[in-house]
Amino acid sequence: MTRHTTRAAYGTGAVLLTSALALTGCGSGFSGDEGGSSSDGLTSSDKPLTVLIGSSGDAETAAVQSALDAWSKESGTEVSLQVASDLSQELSQGFAAGEPADLFYLSTDQIAGFASNGSLKAYGDELTNKDDFYPSLVENFTIDDTFYCAPKDFSTLALVINSTMWADAGLTDADLPKTWDDLAEVAKKLTTPEHVGLAFGAEYQRVGTFMAQAGGGLVKDGAAIADDDANVTALEYVKSHLVDGTFAFAKDVGAGWGGEALGKQSAAMVIEGNWITGAMQNDFSDVEYTVAELPEGPGGKGTLQFTNCWGMAADSPNQQAALDLVEYLTSADSQLAFSKAFGPMPSIKSAADEWTADNEALEPFLAGADYAQFPPNQNGASDVIADFNAQLESLKTADPAQILSSVQSNLEAVVK
Amino acid sequence: MSTQVSPRRVGAAGLRRGEAAAGWLFTAPVIVILGVFLLVPVLMALWVSVSDWAGRGSPLSGSVSFVGADNYSAVLADGGLATKDFGTALRNNAWYVLLVVPLQTALALFLAVLVNRAMLRGRGFFRTAYYFPSVTSSVAITVLWMFLFSASGAVNDVLSWFGLHGPNWFNDPRGILHLILGSESGPSALTQGGMLGISWWDWLSGPSVAMSAYILMAVFTTSGTFMLIFLAGLQNLGADVDEAAMVDGANGWQRFWRITLPQLRPTLFTVLTLGLIGCWQVFDQIYTGTQGAPSKTTLTPAFLSYQTAFKNQEWGQGAAIAFILFVIIVVFTLIQRWVLRDRPVSRRRIRAYQVTAKDGAA
Repeated sequence: MTRHTTRAAYGTGAVLLTSALALTGCGSGFSGDEGGSSSDGLTSSDKPLTVLIGSSGDAETAAVQSALDAWSKESGTEVSLQVASDLSQELSQGFAAGEPADLFYLSTDQIAGFASNGSLKAYGDELTNKDDFYPSLVENFTIDDTFYCAPKDFSTLALVINSTMWADAGLTDADLPKTWDDLAEVAKKLTTPEHVGLAFGAEYQRVGTFMAQAGGGLVKDGAAIADDDANVTALEYVKSHLVDGTFAFAKDVGAGWGGEALGKQSAAMVIEGNWITGAMQNDFSDVEYTVAELPEGPGGKGTLQFTNCWGMAADSPNQQAALDLVEYLTSADSQLAFSKAFGPMPSIKSAADEWTADNEALEPFLAGADYAQFPPNQNGASDVIADFNAQLESLKTADPAQILSSVQSNLEAVVK
Repeated sequence: MSTQVSPRRVGAAGLRRGEAAAGWLFTAPVIVILGVFLLVPVLMALWVSVSDWAGRGSPLSGSVSFVGADNYSAVLADGGLATKDFGTALRNNAWYVLLVVPLQTALALFLAVLVNRAMLRGRGFFRTAYYFPSVTSSVAITVLWMFLFSASGAVNDVLSWFGLHGPNWFNDPRGILHLILGSESGPSALTQGGMLGISWWDWLSGPSVAMSAYILMAVFTTSGTFMLIFLAGLQNLGADVDEAAMVDGANGWQRFWRITLPQLRPTLFTVLTLGLIGCWQVFDQIYTGTQGAPSKTTLTPAFLSYQTAFKNQEWGQGAAIAFILFVIIVVFTLIQRWVLRDRPVSRRRIRAYQVTAKDGAA
């Protein structure tokens, strides 16, 4: 017995010793204590750059790669592209290990989390083309009055209509819905046993357009307004048409998202963003469609916009070069090339005219930029929205006011 | 213990001392590997779960501080979104365990008994066929399942032959028990109170339709593995006991329940333990499949832990969830061990035998 106990003691001791060694080994490997998110001073060295993106497909990867190659040739700094299969996880791993990619796609719902733990370099004010970005996009990436990163492009939501079904129902351009009543009316005309009038995802990222049109939203002037009467009106409107069968959630017509519902012809109209153009071209090229602005609600025009920025790591050893690369990637030429390759709109005002000239049919998307709301970017807001989305799935049978009051209490906890 | 000093101790200190050193030398690689890849990460995770580490740099650096049970209370007691999510995940997984473990064990045992029979033709074929789902990657099976159970998938097609209108499986958040009861809202006695931010009525919802599809998948994939374990157990049993029972006039059913099953108790314990642990840790199916949708009814603690840490940068809470899950698994295994413990023959049984003995004497 005693012998075993001694052995066990030795064993424990050995394991503890090993772990202590390993722990100290790990500890010295990290460089977690230094650095910060202050905007003064960029690091500079001749180290090569790494760019990490979450790509929508080959077209996007190829476009980014060719832009990086062009910049690399021009500047003489080596740069390599990594495509993440799970961007947020790979970012987290990079930050935890102290060796993140120098530049990366960063979404609005993640910026607050990474900014608060000091992973990000706030370089917005150093940009020479800073004033060219749309102010509403800059606001997306501004936390506590610090402009963190350059918006790389943006998309808005609009009404995408199947032209054939539209004509078959005897509708013309003059019938494009201007108000909620118009929308209900055309949706009713377009509903047949084979397809519904209007389909959209069961999520705030689509249903939120109605809240914006009603004059509501989730956050206004830094305060949670989820249980505002305008939002109740919006959800009541959506619910009533879900019930009468003229509107439907995409999943209820057997589609993963709006674009699929339009492509499979199970919906005559969908609410989707710029990215739908790529999907229609690749997967459903035989379906003709037109894009129109979303109708006005009781609170006027409203839509949602989505954007990503070029995040820069605080631990990057060559931030000066990274900044130069960002300026190159957000220039009008690069952004127009990206737009041609995979659909989003340039984030700078100076590229707007040329974009409209190239994409006349998609002009309603850009028009939305004037009045678009964006999803809240506070730390923890993505959780609240995920919970809201979970509740929206059963909107057809649920009480809108009750859903919104639970969203309000969750939102109040993160918006301070 | 100190009173039991054995005389062999002298030997251990003298003659055999070299052997101990050699023993340590030989086990050192494993100790180092387990230490670096298992013990150290676990200890670090334990530290993260009581710290405010935010995911940048080393958790052991000076800027990370101890926050006590804050992360645990955010998950268990706060009543906020984190608590509600954990409650939901726990509810989903509890139903999953409650249905998968008995079903897969029963099915595995049934299959094992079938393919164990000497009379069966093509035994090899059936053994392979039943085991096949277990060797296929769970990602592949999940993708297959998403297709089979889609709104216009094969399963709903087959159901329509019988005039049944199948649900939109992976998009249907309605709880099965709620569906059976046919009501969306429960009595106020159940909707008022609750635990972990989830009302009693919601705890009793049963698995959602989406979760049921996962339950079927788990039963389908794992019963093959457990069939193999049961098969090994069955082949270890001597035929003599069974024959003796046959001579005593026991029929097949009685022999299975009274002779075979009691002898399989150690195997049963293994299967139930592995089943319980596997079910509480379900992650890859959820990650490749629904990621917690619809309406969070396929959220599980393991997936929630990942999501909280990697997506929401709440590393402390993510680690805390992992440790709570660990405690749950240990507690369930202990309970199960206690239920399946070796018990002395009950008085009732003994009396039954005594009666026969007396009858024999008379």
